[in-house]
Amino acid sequence: MSALGLRETPLLPLHQEAAARLVPFAGWKMPLCFSGIVEEHHATRNSAGLFDLSHMGRFRLRGPGRTAALDHLVTNGVAALPPGRVRYTPLCAEDGGVLDDLLVYVFEDELLLVVNASNAAADFAWIREHAEGFETTLQDMTDAVAMIGLQGPRAAALLAPLTDADLPALRNYHHVTATVAGIPGLLSRTGYTGEDGFEFLFPAATVREVWAPLREAGAVPSGLGARDSLRLEAGMPLYGHELDRNTNPLEAGLASFVRFDHDFIGRAALERVRDDGPRRKLAAFESDGKRIPRPGCRLLSGGHEVGRVASGLYSPTLRRNIGTGYVPAELAAPGQTLEVEVRDERLPARVVPLPFYKRKT
Amino acid sequence: MRPTDRKYSETSEWAKIEGDTATVGITDYAVKQLGDLIYLDLPEEGDNVVKGDPCGEIESVKAASDIYSPLTGEVVAVNANLPDDLDNLAKDPFGHGWMFKVKLSDPGEVAHLKTAEEYDQFVKAQEAR
Repeated sequence: MSALGLRETPLLPLHQEAAARLVPFAGWKMPLCFSGIVEEHHATRNSAGLFDLSHMGRFRLRGPGRTAALDHLVTNGVAALPPGRVRYTPLCAEDGGVLDDLLVYVFEDELLLVVNASNAAADFAWIREHAEGFETTLQDMTDAVAMIGLQGPRAAALLAPLTDADLPALRNYHHVTATVAGIPGLLSRTGYTGEDGFEFLFPAATVREVWAPLREAGAVPSGLGARDSLRLEAGMPLYGHELDRNTNPLEAGLASFVRFDHDFIGRAALERVRDDGPRRKLAAFESDGKRIPRPGCRLLSGGHEVGRVASGLYSPTLRRNIGTGYVPAELAAPGQTLEVEVRDERLPARVVPLPFYKRKT
Repeated sequence: MRPTDRKYSETSEWAKIEGDTATVGITDYAVKQLGDLIYLDLPEEGDNVVKGDPCGEIESVKAASDIYSPLTGEVVAVNANLPDDLDNLAKDPFGHGWMFKVKLSDPGEVAHLKTAEEYDQFVKAQEAR
């Protein structure tokens, strides 16, 4: 902990050495950017970006009841998944509101949950409470394990000489134990940028010995700023923006991650939403003008407020301003026109399909 | 040290005074804080600007910020090409990045601005926070 009470990742000394711009984020001291948000964004789209993800919460769920407990907790069950797989899922409350969205790593004898830093403490309490009676133990591994991301079209080529993993055999949303730069850890083909890429988990004490060789191999250290613009272009939600306690996964466009094939907390509420159809939906829009629509800006239709901007930023790839926001379902269809109010100016905006950006395969 | 031929505000504008006219811009520190610049809105010729009041807007990838007039008076010239050439502002905030000129209505206000030395100290204190 620093004097301000901010938690520090094991990589912070390297970020400070690199003169990164550091900001408080979800209780952590994190790099907003190194060389510049736009430059870092293009590095991941065109080459390879390197991200410190150690602030994300990491929990280990063990015990004979772990799979049943997790299926009771999450909308996208893991019961059928063999070891070696990774699954994305929302975590909902009884009323269907989203508590968090997370990744589940399946192992022979345990599940690893990777959750948002902003929700980690609340998630831990919620999971422990609702896993009671399932014969499980829940352990917070956040400080013991560090996490980094390597993302971009060159990620695999750059990583190959540094790892013993069979990268061509490692498919999306799969994980393997592997060494990187000689350090043993866990490697998954996952990410939050819309590009091919990997996420690594290593003991906190060794992560610096992984970061430095990747950087020397040409991966560009990148901060939270680029991470945000990359994930929004790729149409991926961010908790606190597209998702929160007052949104449900169906209106958020996450229906494919809600499987009614098992019983889970929030199922009855989400069945009602499914049957009636969501009243509002997440719309993605492009707006005119140079002014950037920021979160909280009003969205208007026919001069009336119909929603607020959830995420809004300048898209370095599309070279225009983009955003998301919840609006009545009939206004969320691609082709609809809206206005977005940025300070005193109303800018024309068009609803477009998500994602804004899709990589060429 | 930053140029000593001008004065500075705590909101990181500079003012270079020549006779009864001040040329105004923002400092290298402001530019660095903002990061990648996207949008600039300047006052127009004939506008009356007031010391400490917003008279323009600058936006970067990170955030939108007001530009505050460091002095009171009438805008008599504007660097009209600057909004279309934000690279120039980023590269040379003290030269090509000048924003507008103000005919001062109260030259006494100049004494309230910081010297280059004082502003350097101010920035050091900000960066240490």
